[in-house]
Amino acid sequence: MKILIVEDEPELAASIREFLEKEHYLVETAENFRAGIGKATVFEYDCILLDITLPGGSGMEILKSVKEIGMKSNVIIISAKDSLDDKINGLALGADDYLTKPFHLAELNARIKAVLRRNNQGGTETLTFHNVTLDIKDRQLIVGSEKIPLFRKEFDILYVFMVNKERLLTKSAIAEHVWGDHYEDADNLDFVYYQIKNLRKKLSAADADIEITSSYGVGYTMKSK
Amino acid sequence: MNLLNQAIKYLMVSIFIIVTIWSVIFYFSMLDEIYDSIDDGLDNYKLLILQKAEEDTTTLLKSAFDESNYSIKVIPRSLAASVTDSYQDTLMYMMYEDDLEPVRMLTSAFEQKGKYYQLKIISSMVEEDDLINNLFWSVIGLYLAIILSILIVNNVVLRRLWRPFYKILDQLRSFRLDRNNTLPEVKTEIKEFIELNKAAKILISNTQRAYFGQKRFTENAAHELQTPLTTIIHRLEILLNSDTLQQADAETISKVLQTTEKLSRLNKSLLLLTRIENRQFIESTEINLKNIVDQTIDDLLDFAEYKNIRISVEEVKSFKIIADNTLMQLLVNNLIKNGIIHNQENGEIIIKINEDFVEFKNSALDGPLDKEKIFSRFYKGTEGSNGTGLGLALVRAVCDMYGLGIHYTYDGHHIFTLKKSNKIFTSKDINSQLFPE
Repeated sequence: MKILIVEDEPELAASIREFLEKEHYLVETAENFRAGIGKATVFEYDCILLDITLPGGSGMEILKSVKEIGMKSNVIIISAKDSLDDKINGLALGADDYLTKPFHLAELNARIKAVLRRNNQGGTETLTFHNVTLDIKDRQLIVGSEKIPLFRKEFDILYVFMVNKERLLTKSAIAEHVWGDHYEDADNLDFVYYQIKNLRKKLSAADADIEITSSYGVGYTMKSK
Repeated sequence: MNLLNQAIKYLMVSIFIIVTIWSVIFYFSMLDEIYDSIDDGLDNYKLLILQKAEEDTTTLLKSAFDESNYSIKVIPRSLAASVTDSYQDTLMYMMYEDDLEPVRMLTSAFEQKGKYYQLKIISSMVEEDDLINNLFWSVIGLYLAIILSILIVNNVVLRRLWRPFYKILDQLRSFRLDRNNTLPEVKTEIKEFIELNKAAKILISNTQRAYFGQKRFTENAAHELQTPLTTIIHRLEILLNSDTLQQADAETISKVLQTTEKLSRLNKSLLLLTRIENRQFIESTEINLKNIVDQTIDDLLDFAEYKNIRISVEEVKSFKIIADNTLMQLLVNNLIKNGIIHNQENGEIIIKINEDFVEFKNSALDGPLDKEKIFSRFYKGTEGSNGTGLGLALVRAVCDMYGLGIHYTYDGHHIFTLKKSNKIFTSKDINSQLFPE
């Protein structure tokens, strides 16, 4: 899987790159408009992470060119601008998703996987880890051969764990994925624990080979038992 | 009192004084001229009488004024020597007026054929009271005529002269700093007004530059901060997943991460506040507040349920407003979120919607908040909340934008009341707020 990062801030590009390489992606970077448009219009990538404000031009122009010449690359816009107009424009120009800075790497990972899966036609619509399968289309949890109903929030939480297996996720990263902006300003993030507790019960009742462990004061990790 | 009327007031007073002094001087110089002229006439008459007396000696016998206006009588020589020509005012009976009237009398002496005579000639005089009376009314008339003509001149000519000034004033009054426009040219030949227009333009362009500069700065600063903040968050996330990390280190990193996230939220809120205050939300749709309240409650249900807070909504009549949807969501979201955060376990939130007000009421953790300060930036209550301290400032900014009132009261519950102002807010009102008369 090939990913292109078009981002003018080298430190940010480096941290994303390091993270994605651990996820076994092939990563290339472009630091300005010219390099970005050069790479994006010549090579096809599975996903392009595109910043909007670049030295030398706008990321929107790169997006337009990519779509105009019929490249099949998926595009996720990563922008500091939290403006509805930009979001609408970007999506209208054919971007697959829009992430506002700052975002968690876990969230970026979830978005990339969602985009890749969506455009991978005929591919599986499920995520599997040991004997646990998450059916994304039907929003169902299957352990072994048993179907277990999930509430909306429980599904969302399990999803972010399934795309970030065996990684420590902070409470706020989970909250960002599940509750979006609404969790901001909350006096504590204990409501995350409340949902996870329910999820744990369901997993252990179904004899799942995975568990969600907590590391005190930090967050949660999903791993095999 | 405007400049024109003020000028007329001063002119009236000073013209009155000038006219009064002038009429007194005029009166005396007029009188002097009249005497002079009468006296000349008397002198001339004297010469004529002397000439006639030489030809016709009977003339010398006319000892009474009677029908003519002179008299002659014989006087001793000694007396004649002491007589010089003298003019005096005296009174004499006038048959026409049937009264004693002032007359001017020339007393003189002459010698004819060794005899000495005294000659008295009279001439009728102006009546001073009549003169004063006439003069008085003339002066009043003149005064009124002057004032009237000044008024007319003022209204026609001066008003036209001052027109560019009022035009500049009008433009300044309707000028909005946040709209990127300049003051239009005012056509005038008058140097002062050209200078005024120039000065106003310089003032505006300087202010505008500062205003837009600051606006851009706040926006750019907030934007520019997001990228490094993202980098920090990412690095910490990667660090958290390193295999060699001790639990204690992980906790520290997690705390730094939380602080960074808070910093980023603060930054986002500031950016939002700037954008609201800069009027960058311009969508206008008719919004039924109930829909937004319901949506928000749905979004926040997990936080409410976790604290076991009951939320009830009562709609007496629907509250409708034409506004930007995002901003109204922000407003309602902040008020309800506040109600959840600053609430006790098992508390309640009661939302009452009426035609022109909405009440958000929630059970309190402790006493009333500081009414004066809660809507200001970075106000924080006593309980050390995790908030940015900008939530209610954002609420106030949205309310200000749409002319809504927001009030806080306390009756054991915290009550925030959102109120429509009685009148429809027009751009004129905004202007009069910006430029009070």
